[in-house]
Amino acid sequence: MAKSLYDKIWQAHVVDQLGDDSLIYIDRHLIHEVTSPQAFSGLNEKGRKVRRPEKTFATMDHSISTRSLAIDACGPENQLQLQTLANNCKEHGIELFPVGHQKQGIVHVIGPELGLILPGMTVVCGDSHTATHGAFGALAFGIGTSQVEHVFATQTLKQSKAKSMLINVDGKLPVGITAKDIILAIIGKIGHAGATGYVIEYAGEAIRNLSMEERMTICNMSIEAGAKAGFIAPDDTTFEYIKGREYAPSGESWEKAIAYWKTLHSDDGAQFDMVVELAAQDITPQITWGTNPGQVTGVTNTVPAPEDFSDPIDRESAIKALAYMDLKPGTKLTDISVNNVFIGSCTNSRIEDLRAAAVIAKKGKVAKGVTAIVVPGSVTVKKQAEDENLHQIFIDAGFEWRLPGCSMCLGMNDDILKAGDRCASTSNRNFEGRQGRGARTHLVSPAMAAAAAITGHFTDVRDL
Amino acid sequence: MTGFTTHLGTAAPLDQANVDTDQIIPKQFLKGVTRTGYGKHLFHDWRYLDLHEQELNPEFSLNKPEYQGASILLARENFGCGSSREHAPWALDDFGFSVVIATSFADIFYGNCINNQLLPISLPNSEMDVLFNAVKENPETQIYIDLPNQKVKFADSEFQFDIAEHHKSNLIKGLDAIGQTLELDDKILQYEENALTWLR
Repeated sequence: MAKSLYDKIWQAHVVDQLGDDSLIYIDRHLIHEVTSPQAFSGLNEKGRKVRRPEKTFATMDHSISTRSLAIDACGPENQLQLQTLANNCKEHGIELFPVGHQKQGIVHVIGPELGLILPGMTVVCGDSHTATHGAFGALAFGIGTSQVEHVFATQTLKQSKAKSMLINVDGKLPVGITAKDIILAIIGKIGHAGATGYVIEYAGEAIRNLSMEERMTICNMSIEAGAKAGFIAPDDTTFEYIKGREYAPSGESWEKAIAYWKTLHSDDGAQFDMVVELAAQDITPQITWGTNPGQVTGVTNTVPAPEDFSDPIDRESAIKALAYMDLKPGTKLTDISVNNVFIGSCTNSRIEDLRAAAVIAKKGKVAKGVTAIVVPGSVTVKKQAEDENLHQIFIDAGFEWRLPGCSMCLGMNDDILKAGDRCASTSNRNFEGRQGRGARTHLVSPAMAAAAAITGHFTDVRDL
Repeated sequence: MTGFTTHLGTAAPLDQANVDTDQIIPKQFLKGVTRTGYGKHLFHDWRYLDLHEQELNPEFSLNKPEYQGASILLARENFGCGSSREHAPWALDDFGFSVVIATSFADIFYGNCINNQLLPISLPNSEMDVLFNAVKENPETQIYIDLPNQKVKFADSEFQFDIAEHHKSNLIKGLDAIGQTLELDDKILQYEENALTWLR
């Protein structure tokens, strides 16, 4: 019988069948300071050990400052959390990339960068954006802290198989349209909960033509449509990216791995529970106008009215979102001013993102009254950007050039917005209060964020 | 952990869709290293008018006198969407909720509830309407949850709910999930011995 990529990875990881549930082996476990302390203390209370510490890697990203390498830069609570991670990793023999380390960065940036993520793997992390790693044809998903503890102790998880969704993005992407615009357009089409209960396989010519970093942006936001995971079948682009990375297989192992990875694709005739089709040529630069990522539209459009939505739940959500966002229906998106710009996060802080933003930043200066920050995703990305002199382009244009971390994506640190601030953000969530209580977030691509920075309002990047 | 079989209590209505975990427990309260003490920060942005949690927002449902002491939370579609933070069920539990009844739940949140003996119940919107109306008309409405028989009973109504057999069984028995898996150690070892060479 024809199998989907999901079927293949799933079947290769079943340790035991337990009624409706399967016990699934976990190949890679990534951890950070926020969702791991209680899991370690759970282990310690029961006198349990981390079963396979060498399959687990830790970084500091959420609770750290992007202005200082000092571990206490964001106050004593953050410091305690960071110190707890360091202590736990030491006690349990887990490799940690702490603040100041050459391999430190956002968990979903450093994993791929170091070659820790390979096709066909199962990857988990106590973080909902773990689906990022699906870009490699891995089954990667976010878990809660109790599950982090379960993986520590057993290197497995009990899971039920999800339904499968195929999203085909056909045709060629128009000039000026990015991976961020594709995924926002997908979420806009299927809705914020449109993929709840599903895993998504992204396919089609437009997806196939994306670089690995662009694929990571797509898979990263799978959770914003409710999906458990999102992935893309590996191909030569994937193999070229992985080859030679520090933790990637080499020599004879590499040859064996490649041969296996080439079998990781959905067979012709594989069955999906749902199929969604998008034409790449119809996608325009996207901007969210509401308080969930499904409330999104093209830059050439206007803010919608609640009456535009036939579904009563969508209508009610729109009323609430427009009130929070302080937007009036019919306003042109390009007439909306911003006073903050954030370029960074596990969605858009890789070198290609920074290059795309720098191309726009070069065209002007950060507008008066706008605070714009650029936060590279890892020490490696930061160094690469500095080697390419991108940091100077940003600094000359009036952007702040920061240290790697999650930063303003969630504001668990000192990068937080004030009530009433309006931000063009390359992150992944525009929830109420996400970047600061009462602050308003519009999700966009790095190029669109840079364009908003230099014009002071949303601007169609294709016009610059 | 003790098991969950039945529950009797009153409910508080939170009549909106897409309540995300950033709302349930905002990021500034995720700095702890324990599983306790999150209840006072539950729904912080909506519950308090100030940043220091001194001034309650009288308009917010959970603050209304008639819903004090509620142990069941009512919500709508896609409850618990967004971040995987298990602090969300910890906060709901710490506040005093034992059950959340909603039209639908986000996947990670749902699993986190099960792992914390907080019962998530999905009912169709039409039945949620009946439940919301009953609670809004009479906040003292006693709601009886019967997990073994998968029933929600209140006033003259009785609704059946679906729950996966393994979730139900884990909730009722209150088993240590890790302890159970550790009993399968020989199978895990066998899997590891046969794993692809570059993944061992």
